[in-house]
Amino acid sequence: MEKEKLFEIKDLRISANDDDGNEVKIVKGVSFDIHKGEVVALIGESGSGKTTISLATLAYTKPGLYFSGGECCLFGKDVLSMNPLGQRDLRGGNVAYLAQSAAATFNPAITINEQVTEAAVLHGRLTQEQANERATELYHALELPDADRIGYRYPHQVSGGQLQRLMAAMALCGKPDLMVLDEPTTALDVTTQIEVLKAFKKVIREQNSAAIYVTHDLAVVAQVADHIVVLYGGEIMEQGSADQIINRPTHAYTKRLMDAVRPKPTAGMGISSVGEEHHRDVDNLQVKDMTAGYGGIVNGEPKIPILKDINVSVKNGHVVGVIGESGCGKSTLARVMAGMLPPARGDIILDGKKLEGDLRDRKLEELQKVQFVFQMADTALNPKQLIGNIIGRPLEFYHGLTGKEKHAKVSEILQLVELPPEFANRYPMELSGGQKQRINMARSLAANPEVMLCDEVTSALDSIVGANVIKLLTSLRDKTGVSFVFISHDLSTVASFADEIVVLYAGRVVEQGPTDEVLEPPFHPYTRLLISSVPEMRIGWLEDTMQKREMAVGIARGVEITARGCPFYNRCPLAIEGTCDLKTAPVRELKDGHEIHCHRSIEELQETERETQMILHGYEKLGEDDPQVHVP
Amino acid sequence: MMMRMVWQRVGIGLATLWVVSVIVFIATSILPGDVAEIVLGQSATPETLAALRAQLGLDQPGYVRYFGWLGDMVTGDLGTSKAGGATIASLIGGRLGNTMMMAGFVALVSIPISIALGLWAAMHPGTWLDRIITFGTLSTISVPEFFIATIAVLILAVELQWLPSTAYMTGDENFGELMLALAMPLITLVIVVSAQMIRMTRAGILNVMSSPYIEMAILKGVPRRRIILRHAFYNAIGPIVNVIALNLAYLVSGVVIVETIFAYPGLAKLMIDGVQTRDLPLVQACAMIFCATYVVLILMADIGSILSNPRLRNPK
Repeated sequence: MEKEKLFEIKDLRISANDDDGNEVKIVKGVSFDIHKGEVVALIGESGSGKTTISLATLAYTKPGLYFSGGECCLFGKDVLSMNPLGQRDLRGGNVAYLAQSAAATFNPAITINEQVTEAAVLHGRLTQEQANERATELYHALELPDADRIGYRYPHQVSGGQLQRLMAAMALCGKPDLMVLDEPTTALDVTTQIEVLKAFKKVIREQNSAAIYVTHDLAVVAQVADHIVVLYGGEIMEQGSADQIINRPTHAYTKRLMDAVRPKPTAGMGISSVGEEHHRDVDNLQVKDMTAGYGGIVNGEPKIPILKDINVSVKNGHVVGVIGESGCGKSTLARVMAGMLPPARGDIILDGKKLEGDLRDRKLEELQKVQFVFQMADTALNPKQLIGNIIGRPLEFYHGLTGKEKHAKVSEILQLVELPPEFANRYPMELSGGQKQRINMARSLAANPEVMLCDEVTSALDSIVGANVIKLLTSLRDKTGVSFVFISHDLSTVASFADEIVVLYAGRVVEQGPTDEVLEPPFHPYTRLLISSVPEMRIGWLEDTMQKREMAVGIARGVEITARGCPFYNRCPLAIEGTCDLKTAPVRELKDGHEIHCHRSIEELQETERETQMILHGYEKLGEDDPQVHVP
Repeated sequence: MMMRMVWQRVGIGLATLWVVSVIVFIATSILPGDVAEIVLGQSATPETLAALRAQLGLDQPGYVRYFGWLGDMVTGDLGTSKAGGATIASLIGGRLGNTMMMAGFVALVSIPISIALGLWAAMHPGTWLDRIITFGTLSTISVPEFFIATIAVLILAVELQWLPSTAYMTGDENFGELMLALAMPLITLVIVVSAQMIRMTRAGILNVMSSPYIEMAILKGVPRRRIILRHAFYNAIGPIVNVIALNLAYLVSGVVIVETIFAYPGLAKLMIDGVQTRDLPLVQACAMIFCATYVVLILMADIGSILSNPRLRNPK
């Protein structure tokens, strides 16, 4: 059956003007159709024009851009040439927009319900009472907790994943013909991402509405899209059905995108090639029995505890990946190491020497040896300073370099991060996101540190740019022998280059060890959940995954920091009542310093792993590995 | 959480007042010459000076005089003027009333006008009226208030002869006559204080207008008027309230020039007279009243921005 055509984008052109008033083409003649009940994915790296194109269905451009040609027809009527009143009715009426960051797109001063129902009521689609009723229905459908009352709260009173679903409710409230989803899951933890993807799929199916899904993540696209449009530099490289693009891509660029997809984290992915000259068997940085938190310290315990009894060590020239969902204390750990948050108890040891907890009490050379790289290069770099000054500061401060010497060293460091020396005379604003992140790292490198603490440095970058930054980190380690603590919520990135992995949950280490060991069974149940949540580039993966046992218990629950027992208790499929909720988990030691903190024995964990494989792959595959297993 | 923050602000306000009292007392003590010298003038002999100082209590050590003065202040006894012998409360009473009345009228006129004009300018950025507002307010901020006052007198009183050039009050005029008498200083002050409030309202709103949630509102098809009034204004209240508080405090304490030009019997003029006659208790009392006004208004602004912040009003 031929589906009804909803939107027809014909030869769409969007431009901007540069400083001299010359036209710069951003979108160069793009055409595609959207049918009812269909999800069209726009994929491409940043700068490909995917968001710009999606906004054209709302007859909207970001400030500075303008439509320079083509049509965008809703039911055969061009929305670009409508009068402002008609366009206002289109926005939030026929077409609803969902932005990347729900936290930023909800108005902090207005209750959730008013924002969710606003568009539907303004456009006269529903009365306020009908809209309230519909909103509550949607909250139930989207499986939001406390659905009857969540609307009376303010945005800051709900979690990030809940806000993302509330934004879906906002888009759906007026029953739009088309939803524009702009990277709606990119900023989320993998576990939350699954939850949100599931909710989107469900409502799109039930409403028979259509959607444009904008993303750079092919694995996510594979779960939701019917039709895929591949974009590069404002032009369509290839378009076709999801099955064709994912399984049989023809264009070279699509294939390149596929290669940049981070593979499912498995053992053996890591690259452990520490240059011999730098290799020493000494721990570079060590954290011992450390407890830390916020709000002051009372009787040796922080008022708001975050981290508890942490033991982590970073070997010379090694990369230690720290993973866990948001709220697990990853950044807090880095802040404690850097001395920005003095711990309540425990020691931080650098090269065998105890460091002061407060960075103000540390000596200059101790400060120089531990450097921090912040997540957002945009906010970490002073926009009014030349790159040369930004990198020159630490050279002057730690090493007393001035004049020509400093200048030469700045060029050297710029080359080290694979940027031309001329960049010294530019301002951060003139650089792309990936280049800014390089400068951000170059500034830390300028101190000539022994340990670099990288807090989610690739999270704000798209996959291709992110992969390049990782490559750079690896080469830096090989060239300079510096060790890294690499914090990320993205397991695949960590798995691709860390030597050791530390899995944090609710402020406690639940598993740590060499990358290959951590990513091989037996797993801690939390590690298992994280690994299962990473999307695979396979159509139907989402449905399969939701069948799994750990998903049923573990998904859709926030991280809670508990005082007693194992913090993972309420999300764990293997939890033992009366033990896990009361007693701290024992440390089970395996080979090569691999440790799992769990009440279940290693044998029990291994057994579960076999069962999971069975559910996942049925018998055939399992039968090959292990002929004795019989499944009823 | 929120109440604790409010009490914290109140505590900080009280501490500020105390520090101010110490500074005011020390500052007035190190001024050269004292009341005894002024009162006796040319006829002063060391003996008469000593006798008068003993009579006025000026021979006691500084800290004794400070705590005596502070205790009196706190219990509401402002002391007696050392120059004329009248109680300071009676000297200040009428003047404070006049100043408050003027400040009140100016506030009543300028706050609604400023917010309305600021919002209007923010709603129509780049239009000719917005440019007139932006340029006009910038000009009035850059020009000293005596200049505005002089120009106003020149035009309204001298050329057009619509309004009296001095704010002369007999004390038994009706409301209309009172308004006419006050019109000149009122117009001058409204122009002076509105400029900043208009600019801050406009800038505050436009600053919020670049937030992602405003773009979201546009993409929901919300009309611009509602975007400004419902979505942007509530998030801009904090800075706007602060500028209003600072300008109101200025009205009470800083209008001495305007009071002088229009011969308006306000508190600031009284304080200047006190300085000229070395009437330290009077100067101290006036200084404390001005500081207390600042502290109270800024405290109110702080509490206002705390109350307007949903994060603080509705904890997790």
